Amino acid sequence: MHIIIIGNGISGSTAARHIRKLSDHKITMISSETEYPFSRTALMYIYMGHMKYDHTKLYEDWFWQKNNIETVNSHVDHINTDQSKIQLSDGTLMEYDKLVIATGSKSNKFGWPGQNLNGVQGLYNIQDLKMMEAASRKGIRRAVIVGGGLIGIEMAEMFHSRQIPVTMLVREDSFWNIVLPQNESQMINRHILANGIDLRLEEELLEIKGKDGSVSSIVCKNSTEEIHCEFVGLTVGVSPNIDFVKSSDILTNKGVLVNSNLQTSVPNVYAIGDCAELSSPKEGRRNIEAVWYTGRMMGEAVANIICNSSESYDQGIWFNSAKFFDIEYQVYGQISVVLPEGIGTLYWEHPSENKAIRINYEMASKSVIGFNLMGIRYRHTVCEKWLTENTHIETVLENLSLANFDPEFFNEYEQSLMDKYNAINRKNLTLKSKRKLRLVENFLQSDLND
Amino acid sequence: MQPYKSIAISSHHLKEDLPFHQKIALSLVAIGALIQIVFWVGNITANAGLWLYSSLALIVGGSLWYFREQYKDTLPGIKNNGVLFASLTAKGTLAWMLGVVLTGFYVVLYWFPEYLGLGGDGAANSGLVALFDPLSMLLKGKPASQWFVYGTLYTLIIFLMGVKFIYKYRHNRYQVYRTMSIIFFQTAIAFILPEILVGLNLPYNDFKNIWPLNYYFFFDWHINDLIASGLFGYFVLFWGIILFLVVTPVMTYFYGKRWYCSWVCGCGGLAETAGDPFRQLSDKSLKAWKLERWIIHSVLIFVTLMTVSVLVTRFTGFSRIFGIDSYTLSSWYGFLIGAAFSGVVGVGFYPIMGSRVWCRFGCPMAAYLGILQRFTIKLPWFKETKRMSKFRITTNGGQCISCGNCSTYCEMGIDVKAYAQRQEDIVRASCVGCGICSAVCPRGVLRLENI
Ligand SMILES: Cc1cc2nc3c(=O)[nH]c(=O)nc-3n(C[C@H](O)[C@H](O)[C@H](O)COP(=O)(O)OP(=O)(O)OC[C@H]3O[C@@H](n4cnc5c(N)ncnc54)[C@H](O)[C@@H]3O)c2cc1C
Ligand code: SF4
Ligand code: SF4
Repeated sequence: MHIIIIGNGISGSTAARHIRKLSDHKITMISSETEYPFSRTALMYIYMGHMKYDHTKLYEDWFWQKNNIETVNSHVDHINTDQSKIQLSDGTLMEYDKLVIATGSKSNKFGWPGQNLNGVQGLYNIQDLKMMEAASRKGIRRAVIVGGGLIGIEMAEMFHSRQIPVTMLVREDSFWNIVLPQNESQMINRHILANGIDLRLEEELLEIKGKDGSVSSIVCKNSTEEIHCEFVGLTVGVSPNIDFVKSSDILTNKGVLVNSNLQTSVPNVYAIGDCAELSSPKEGRRNIEAVWYTGRMMGEAVANIICNSSESYDQGIWFNSAKFFDIEYQVYGQISVVLPEGIGTLYWEHPSENKAIRINYEMASKSVIGFNLMGIRYRHTVCEKWLTENTHIETVLENLSLANFDPEFFNEYEQSLMDKYNAINRKNLTLKSKRKLRLVENFLQSDLND
Repeated sequence: MQPYKSIAISSHHLKEDLPFHQKIALSLVAIGALIQIVFWVGNITANAGLWLYSSLALIVGGSLWYFREQYKDTLPGIKNNGVLFASLTAKGTLAWMLGVVLTGFYVVLYWFPEYLGLGGDGAANSGLVALFDPLSMLLKGKPASQWFVYGTLYTLIIFLMGVKFIYKYRHNRYQVYRTMSIIFFQTAIAFILPEILVGLNLPYNDFKNIWPLNYYFFFDWHINDLIASGLFGYFVLFWGIILFLVVTPVMTYFYGKRWYCSWVCGCGGLAETAGDPFRQLSDKSLKAWKLERWIIHSVLIFVTLMTVSVLVTRFTGFSRIFGIDSYTLSSWYGFLIGAAFSGVVGVGFYPIMGSRVWCRFGCPMAAYLGILQRFTIKLPWFKETKRMSKFRITTNGGQCISCGNCSTYCEMGIDVKAYAQRQEDIVRASCVGCGICSAVCPRGVLRLENI
């Protein structure tokens, strides 16, 4: 059987690795971006000089040949599902038995005047990074970043590392408050400002002006202020990179539509990662989850589906993480911006440092539904178990030290959160567990009813 | 043109030019160093005390000022900005120049100490060694040797670069504590205490230097020296054996090899402080790992055979064991491993091969600790096979984004990411538990733990 995977990002490469683990099928992995898989999430670190491109490769180059995974550095122009063939940009046709579409996303552009000028770009792939590097070498006196999301703040940090002044236009009245609750979002606002970034909240882009084909300034929509700049970063989200699929008879909406077996409307064709749109996601989850972890989990799942035709894709408990300049962020489970009816929240924030813990729970049953951490690391497996088992908030609090994943000698703040809970609820709970790996392992092995 | 050039070590600011205060601070250090070079090259002996202390004061004051200025306006956090652009830290021209200078210095130190001004055969010192006579007289009432000069500079560098390291990782208590520990052991136990012992006419001894790193521990002359000094000598002998047989396995059982390599050891101490700007240069390839295991275990076998033969010679009088005479074997070990590998290559090649070349490829103590850290054992009264150490680095579930920071900044060349992205714990013989992988990880994926 010949399995062709289009795209060598985290989803495509994970699929390839797991198909190889499970079978001897012929595997071909095609990408027009790079010959071998690398980590897109590390693009910023290449620009900042923390790493070279080679450091960001997922595996050493020999790995793919050794595992008999053929890599092709080319672009797929067309899929012909009737003949089970794909066509590469040089005209080559390749026949598949199974096809996996894992082509990721592309940066959004919303038709702003001047958006195609030199020095105006998004940040998604290695080519974008090269353009950013070239623009920086030419000299940037100020960069304007449009959009207050994860890639926007990464871009701000990138320029900041090179002493390039940055203005950030954020449509919302607080950074990323479509995802972060107010306190956490405001902590990030303060931190952005502390880094000397010119943060403009409730501001949008009206137009980009140019001179000789290159950007020279932008005009803000609300203040109508004109800001001179040599670079404009458009980081207003991404959308599935599936234009080349549209000429085939595979059904698409925003992304390539798939069922819970990650199968598209055409048998033997699957889609995974950023470009896949689940027709019926789990309750409370989105159709398209354009994050690293989803890509990896789908990659593993599709391998199981193709090779064992048994398991379907399980979205599992939501988790994610990011870093806003120096503040690490982790989330497990459901944390909503506006508290839904019947959901309680317990929040503690460090009086002087950028650290916070939030736990959300159902008021009626008192079972926990989400953890949100700023500047503090929590253990994925422990939080996940509590969430899966709908554990009572008080049990969680008493054992919260099991979740702490900060390095040794760091202050532990579980007691502070507990104090907060006790004060609000007039209780007298105390911490029962210690932060100790042996106890964590015992806890993880203990069965559901303990 | 490259606009991000910087001469700052592991530069934080990628400014084209250093701020004024840093320039002045750096100039003070340069003047301090220049005094030593003038004494050395000009073979001067006059007024050594005055010049030595001024030189040291300039170097210490200037460096501390420089580091303070470098970090004072920065927010705490990991800022490896420009590390792989800067000439010094990315194998550029400056790196090669520094490599040559360091290597040359070690060659002179080991094999041509007279060029440093060592007055052999009872003659008075001159040059650089003479410059350090006043401090040596102060500590032990005897003139300096090239080793005293080296020891002083070594300690000074660990202290100064240790302070810089603490500034750099001030948000991370694990890093701060272990660096304070390293500075303490180097200054008090490795440098001052042995000198005081010599001043008291007792044998020189570094109480934390363990066989087989301290390869001469069982040499005839050393044992004779110890025995000749009576009770103290017997204590040193006893302590040395206890360190190897009891303290090392027990501590490694509880904490892993890091208790020694990242908290106590002087070679590790230099690598962690002065070597920190170069940690990213270690080779992460599978090939390098294979080579590492061959070389380091060969050295362990070499030092064991050598020591056994020396001891057999001592107790039986036979000098030819294993077909080679034990004296030849031990002098070759001293030359090849003790000097060429640990000094010339180990430190001289910092700017080219990274900071832990010796610890990773050459140190027999690291090999011994590594075996204790990595391997499993099944004793009759155990229900199952057990690891010989409780230490491991755990991976935080599925949070890894395969960015590669951990592998890049692992000075031991461990491909940490390869484990983290597969959600596996990291249990590797070579891991010195420096904790930098955990510190640089942007997603909080790694934790050093003792189960
Ligand atoms: C700067 C940045 C930072 C990020 N940080 C995080 C983070 O911290 N955490 C997180 O969870 N997520 C992060 N993300 C999102 C995450 O990187 C993506 O969700 C993930 O990479 C998607 O993986 P994928 O395999 O689905 O697609 P991709 O990684 O996009 O891979 C698809 C590949 O297919 C190639 N391709 C596309 N079309 C064709 C074609 N027709 N023919 C041949 N090849 C084709 C593309 O060139 C690309 O190489 C970040 C994204 C960016 C851009
Ligand atoms: S694996 Fe981590 S702790 Fe171990 S040596 Fe490497 S960087 Fe240090
Ligand atoms: S630094 Fe952290 S996120 Fe990056 S590869 Fe290593 S473990 Fe994964």
